Amino acid sequence: MEKELATFKFRLWRRKITNFVMMGLTVVAVLVAIIPLIFIFYYTISKGITYLNLDFFIQMPKPVGESGGGMANAIVGTLILIGIGGGIGIPVGIMAGTYLSEFGNNKFGSLVRFLTDVLSGVPSIVVGVVAYTLVVVPMKHFSALAGGIALAILMIPTITRTTEEIIKLVPHSLREAGLALGIPKWKTTLLIVLKTAWKGIATGILLGLSRAAGETAPLLFTALGNRFWSTSIFQPIASLTVYIYDYAKAPFEDWNNQAWTAALVLILLISLLSLLFKILTRSKYKTNR
Amino acid sequence: MDIKLSVKNLEAFYGKNKVLKSMTLDIPRNKVIAIIGPSGCGKSTFLRCLNRMHEVVGGTIRGEILLDGDDIMKKDPVDVRRKLGMVFQKPNPFPTMSIFNNVAAGLKFNGYKNKKQLGEIVEKSLKQAALWEEVKDNLNQSGINLSGGQQQRLCIARTLAVNPEVVLMDEPASALDPISTTKIEDLIFELKKDYTIVIVTHNMQQASRVSDYTAFFYLGELIEYGETKKIFTSPLNKQTEDYIRGRFG
Ligand SMILES: Nc1ncnc2c1ncn2[C@@H]1O[C@H](COP(=O)(O)OP(=O)(O)OP(=O)(O)O)[C@@H](O)[C@H]1O
Ligand SMILES: [Mg+2]
Repeated sequence: MEKELATFKFRLWRRKITNFVMMGLTVVAVLVAIIPLIFIFYYTISKGITYLNLDFFIQMPKPVGESGGGMANAIVGTLILIGIGGGIGIPVGIMAGTYLSEFGNNKFGSLVRFLTDVLSGVPSIVVGVVAYTLVVVPMKHFSALAGGIALAILMIPTITRTTEEIIKLVPHSLREAGLALGIPKWKTTLLIVLKTAWKGIATGILLGLSRAAGETAPLLFTALGNRFWSTSIFQPIASLTVYIYDYAKAPFEDWNNQAWTAALVLILLISLLSLLFKILTRSKYKTNR
Repeated sequence: MDIKLSVKNLEAFYGKNKVLKSMTLDIPRNKVIAIIGPSGCGKSTFLRCLNRMHEVVGGTIRGEILLDGDDIMKKDPVDVRRKLGMVFQKPNPFPTMSIFNNVAAGLKFNGYKNKKQLGEIVEKSLKQAALWEEVKDNLNQSGINLSGGQQQRLCIARTLAVNPEVVLMDEPASALDPISTTKIEDLIFELKKDYTIVIVTHNMQQASRVSDYTAFFYLGELIEYGETKKIFTSPLNKQTEDYIRGRFG
């Protein structure tokens, strides 16, 4: 009896220790995960804030030697690039994802699924080279369009697979409810299934857009960059990421600082995008569950 | 007898698995037909054959199902389903839609545009489903914040709004409390004037209360079919008797 009680106490004590150690480990893991994030924010904000003023948003870059100026062209350029990318990538991604989940229970579906997974693993610079060959070479010059297409190719796998996964979560009973009302299958899919899954799909779109907004490599030989104001999709166009790349490695301290500001603006832009999506997908109804 | 639905040698399969074995029965117009039988005997499958929902989950059908003399197997399933509405066992309102739009969905998505008439139809359907009084001030709120019983009546209203000829109900009251159940039973009684109703139920009292005819299924076969009064007082078949007396298995 005595002895049993002792072992029991020992076990209880051991369990408490184990619990404590495991708990500690998870906390450490969380810290390791967020420390880089803290550093990123700390550096971009502290270094980028110097040039963060109205001029940065409305002025053009100044020639070498002159200080001041802004990156109005790059901000607009980045917006145009993700606009083109999203304009192509979002509909293609959503439709492909819908196909995979609603009609893709066959060999062709599995093939598409496999290829999308492969595509999502292709390095972005390779996508850039492909866009260069497919768009830049035939058009004979660099263009925003080429850059947008490269970004679209990068977005498509993310959007396709999230759309598919999210749509699969929509209960089968809702599809049946639609069909049983005599609503044709395509309308049921579009107006009931997709609408129900919309919030999750929006998250996928946001992930895709954010990733595209932060890409540099595929833009280097597609959109190229432009020191002048341009909004034409058939001309080379400036982008924040390419400016960051150029300015950060330039031998002028002024430019280095502006690169930090460009980085900060890019982060702000992506945060703004997230906020916009949060507002757009806010559900109309407060639900209890 | 005025026959609404005539089922002839109906067989239903899931892949190679035959779950309905040559069923033949006539369903009269403006009556309530109850389908009873132990779990897994094919009641839901039978119901889903009648409005071609069986093929949605990949099932196949052999035999004839005549709606007013026309074989529904030769028609567009979308048209068939508009004529034979279905209420499911678990309430399944559309979560992203308001109460109003839940009821209007079937009409709206089929291109119905007249706003004023739509409003009238929604009101009428909700009244028929005995839900109007409870929701008339909240038509723009989400349907999923209603109680289970209210949701089921919402689903019934949604089915009625497209004005079907036959209403198929698969255990519509199985998840509900006695009060909601009574409401749905009263409702079935009301609906009989305008619709032909086929209801699957596990509740013997319910079957005897609401139905005019009862069919007893066992292991995918139609064992006995006849007037409810007769089935419940003097069934011809021993299995039927054992089942309704609760002496089964
Ligand atoms: N989607 C499906 N795929 C394959 N087999 C199925 C499917 N649905 C039902 N079955 C089979 O068909 C048979 C009849 O099922 P059904 O759902 O019609 O029974 P039921 O009488 O409605 O039972 P319950 O009273 O439990 O609802 C069962 O043996 C079941 O295993
Ligand atoms: Mg069933």
